[in-house]
Amino acid sequence: MADVAIPRAKPQMSEASAWTQLKHNRNWLGFWFMVPAMAFLIFFLAYPLGLGIWLSFTDTRIGRVGHFIGTENYEWLWDDSIFWLSVFNTLLYTFVASALKFAVGLYLALLLNEHMPFKAMLRAMVLIPFIVPTVLSALAFWWIFDSQFSIISWSLKHLGLISQNINFLGDTTWARICVIFANIWRGVPFVAITLLAGLQTVSPSLYEAATLDGATRWQNFRYITYPLLTPIIAVVMTFSVLFTFTDFQLIWAMTRGGPVNATHLMATLSYQRAIIAGQLGEGAAISSAMIPFLLAAIMVSWFGLQRRKWQQGESND
Amino acid sequence: MSSVQIRDVRKSFGNFEVLHGVTIPIEDGQFVVLVGPSGCGKSTLLRMLAGLENITSGTISIGDRVVNNVQPKERDIAMVFQNYALYPHMTVAENMGFSLKLRNASSDEINKRVKRAAEILALSPLLDRYPRQLSGGQRQRVAMGRAIVRDPQVFLFDEPLSNLDAKLRVAMRTEIKELHQRLKTTTVYVTHDQIEAMTMADKIVVMHDGIVEQMGTPLELYDKPDNQFVAGFIGSPAMNFLKGHVRVNGVATFEGPNGVKLPLKTAPTASDGRPAVYGVRPEHFTIADDGAEAEIIVVEPTGSETQVFAKVGGEQVVAVFRERHQFNPGDKVRLKPDPSLVHLFDEATGKRLNA
Repeated sequence: MADVAIPRAKPQMSEASAWTQLKHNRNWLGFWFMVPAMAFLIFFLAYPLGLGIWLSFTDTRIGRVGHFIGTENYEWLWDDSIFWLSVFNTLLYTFVASALKFAVGLYLALLLNEHMPFKAMLRAMVLIPFIVPTVLSALAFWWIFDSQFSIISWSLKHLGLISQNINFLGDTTWARICVIFANIWRGVPFVAITLLAGLQTVSPSLYEAATLDGATRWQNFRYITYPLLTPIIAVVMTFSVLFTFTDFQLIWAMTRGGPVNATHLMATLSYQRAIIAGQLGEGAAISSAMIPFLLAAIMVSWFGLQRRKWQQGESND
Repeated sequence: MSSVQIRDVRKSFGNFEVLHGVTIPIEDGQFVVLVGPSGCGKSTLLRMLAGLENITSGTISIGDRVVNNVQPKERDIAMVFQNYALYPHMTVAENMGFSLKLRNASSDEINKRVKRAAEILALSPLLDRYPRQLSGGQRQRVAMGRAIVRDPQVFLFDEPLSNLDAKLRVAMRTEIKELHQRLKTTTVYVTHDQIEAMTMADKIVVMHDGIVEQMGTPLELYDKPDNQFVAGFIGSPAMNFLKGHVRVNGVATFEGPNGVKLPLKTAPTASDGRPAVYGVRPEHFTIADDGAEAEIIVVEPTGSETQVFAKVGGEQVVAVFRERHQFNPGDKVRLKPDPSLVHLFDEATGKRLNA
């Protein structure tokens, strides 16, 4: 491109110094425009990622320089039942929470897309869980699910449905349900608002045409809304899965991985091993083990996106 | 196919009435064009016919059946939208077959009917394409194909040509008219373009501010507009209007602005001195020695004819000549309206005065 944009120096101008030529080189200038963004990405994304992967191949501890030990950390994790439990927990957490977030989010989006009184206010209200800082909402849930002071236990007791408090965060099954519930509560607004934005791009005349073609409300959704929404569903669910899979704050504030590691996700286990226990190498290995899962999630949505031929195709007008 | 009766239909949005009692009889197989400026209520009326808007009062019947409370899908109508409303995620064939699929038709039946419609519209090579891969005219044809496949009682068109370029619009106009001649399905067509209305319609309904100004065949509307609105709306370039008074001194004449004398064939009875509006179409002027004096301002030759803008009695008028006169701006000529083709309207009500 530079050759096209810059006319070749004429003979009488050939005396221009190399520096002058460089000053007028568009690629050289372009490079300097790119540097800030590149530096940002390298220092805050590429470097930590590379360092994390490197650490996972060393026996680094906090306060001690590590040595390269090959795949020893991974071999050790392979035989670690707690690690495998955290993998299972993470998959369960991600799968159940994402599926429910999608279902509830889509339902809310469809609801908010209807004409109704106070629509703007309701839409704003849906965003509230998203705005509250994670740790703050986690603390609120911690209280709601407290073994002694839980408002749920209290209410059910007063209604005469149970005779003693439910040990929400102390029982393995209940603890899992509680953290998944809290995650859904936080994640639904993102899904709902994004899908609502998608719904609003669907031309109303398509629904009118479908209605005249004889479609019922369900068929309108099944044949018009859903297929037209799939690209945005793919994007929003990819993000949702990535965020859920790497979730840390909510778990750490509510359960710290307990009881008996029942809610330990890979992220929290990695933190516990690396920072609390000081085994940086091992913690890094747990974090690095998340990469294949995340890549797989991205690939699924990438290929899902590519399949939609109707979106591509050149337009002729 | 069937007839459509629109009887005293009104439509209000809240307290705001947009249609003030519209009655339009449509015969079986007729091609009716609703025409009028933006906001006249023509599209609302069409949408009420389709069942996309409620009817505030009055009745609409298709065939013998009053459809006020009939669901859109049970009205047996098909509509072509202004933006075509093609389903972007379906191929041309799927778009056209969608309504049949919803009716649980067998795939053989769907294929057969889609194929037949595609042949009528020359869409056969495009059946596997997606709407994005089609040109504007092709999309327009797919939209019509979707309507044809259903073989409905009534076709509804909502400004179907306004998204096309001028050349394609003329071509599609002919295509739609040809299609109607072939299928003979009752058609209601909405447009704001009076040329489209004139060229396609069996019957034109001119609407304005929620009422029907006049309905009739294209030539009836052209020859005998009921009022000044219709006179100004139909015809291009638009009819010239000159304000003045009717004079009856043995011979009926019209005294235009600044005392200009214009010919009248007959005066309306008891009308000496009556204030009126004199209407003459640009193509009804001739150059004659006993014409009114006019000063030429602009000359616009188009090849087949020449449009001449001139001042008559200080008012600007347009005249169209098929002959090639040598005119220059500033020239004085004498323009004479053909007295048998002039129109006279009441100044206050705009109603037609001469027979």
